[in-house]
Amino acid sequence: MDDVKLKKASEHGIQPPLALLAELSHRCPLQCPYCSNPVQLEKKTGELTTDEWKSVIDQAVEMGMHQIHLSGGEPTVRHDLEDIVEHCTKQGLYTNLITSGVLLNPDRLKKLEKLGLEHVQLSFQDTDSDNADRIGGFKGGHEKKLEVAKWVRDVELPLTCNCVVHRQNIDNLENFIQMALDLDAERVEIAQVQYYGWALKNRAAFIPTPDQLDHATEIVEKARVDLKGKLVIDYVIPDYYAKHPKNCMGGWGRRFLNMNPKGDVLPCHAAETIPHLKFDNVREKSLKWIWENSEAFNIYRGTDWMPDPCKTCDRKEIDWGGCRCQAMALTGDAKSTDPACSLSPLHQEIFSMAAEEAKRPPPEFIYRRYGVRFNSPT
Amino acid sequence: MTDILKINESIVPKFPKHVRFRFNKPRKEWVILAPERLVKMDPIAVEILQLVDGERTVKNIASELSEKFNAPLETILADVIEMLQDLSDKGFIEENG
Repeated sequence: MDDVKLKKASEHGIQPPLALLAELSHRCPLQCPYCSNPVQLEKKTGELTTDEWKSVIDQAVEMGMHQIHLSGGEPTVRHDLEDIVEHCTKQGLYTNLITSGVLLNPDRLKKLEKLGLEHVQLSFQDTDSDNADRIGGFKGGHEKKLEVAKWVRDVELPLTCNCVVHRQNIDNLENFIQMALDLDAERVEIAQVQYYGWALKNRAAFIPTPDQLDHATEIVEKARVDLKGKLVIDYVIPDYYAKHPKNCMGGWGRRFLNMNPKGDVLPCHAAETIPHLKFDNVREKSLKWIWENSEAFNIYRGTDWMPDPCKTCDRKEIDWGGCRCQAMALTGDAKSTDPACSLSPLHQEIFSMAAEEAKRPPPEFIYRRYGVRFNSPT
Repeated sequence: MTDILKINESIVPKFPKHVRFRFNKPRKEWVILAPERLVKMDPIAVEILQLVDGERTVKNIASELSEKFNAPLETILADVIEMLQDLSDKGFIEENG
């Protein structure tokens, strides 16, 4: 990193963040081969304590944050989840639990609801239970999730089904939408796999063909019209097939922050894949100080860091240069233009390689192995 | 799951359980909060939504605003219906009952 003085958040006119993604733990009983957690997982002993999380929550509220997403790994592995939820809701944060569900039971859900939890996002790997369990590497997982969804609705908690789709389940897209309706969910997230971290290792196993993707997009667009007012459908396409790069996180360090289990504060959940970034930690600095001053945030804020063709692009303050982590993963330089952009010099080469992968039969998954003590992959 | 709601003057609107209409003190602004959604409300919407309590009908809301702002009821009613319909289509408003 060079010694140019970086502008701070306020010098960019950036407001305090809107929401906090809190990764309470990297521990997880599932082993999804597209896991968004970093390749190097944090151990239990390094995790923030209950009181440390409470202090973070207080700081988030003081800064004016609206929402907190309690995520992981699997957030329900923490026995103090109830304390954390209670503190969030008491402080007025909109509190959302993002979970695989497989460790939950009806009593715990009832308790979380009483403590003010506002919403549950439950992940699904497929609608076919054998294939879902194979993808998640957790036998019996899918059936358990269906049960958990019922328990969520039994205590009248709102439910979103989080469905990660790719070439090995994309043909079940209509079934995913029907499942969400059958489970009485308010909302379904259909998200195509995004390829960094662990997912990039498995890209050839996941990337759909352009035809599969077009068909999926048609299904989603029709369902959105048919189910307007009944079911909210959020849809994320793989940016490999988009015209423009995604405006990742609404721009680096502009709207959100992410905390990993040991309290490092990151501009996005994949930021640890950029090896030269140094993250500040809430055990040493306040959240407010970090948002304003942290070098890991300021380095790619605004447009000063941009290379050509971003620098002169009329979309530079729309896309904000796309995804830094993807640029790092695919070009070896986090400052380069996101290759998802059709103007990137590497776009053709990388995306024709991915399109070739999509045409060949999918290879075996490379599983991650954090949760072997819970269960083994089928 | 509910059927698609058509807002009319006799409906009693309310916020679904997962939707919060809140004032954020540090930011000094009213927002609607829902899963992965955050919508800033303009002053007119805030006036309307502050009266959404699961008891008042759409017509009650419109008449109160009509008195408060000394404006014709018909105009206000049309505005209230239009705004609540838009929020209902987005899943932020439902019928109480």
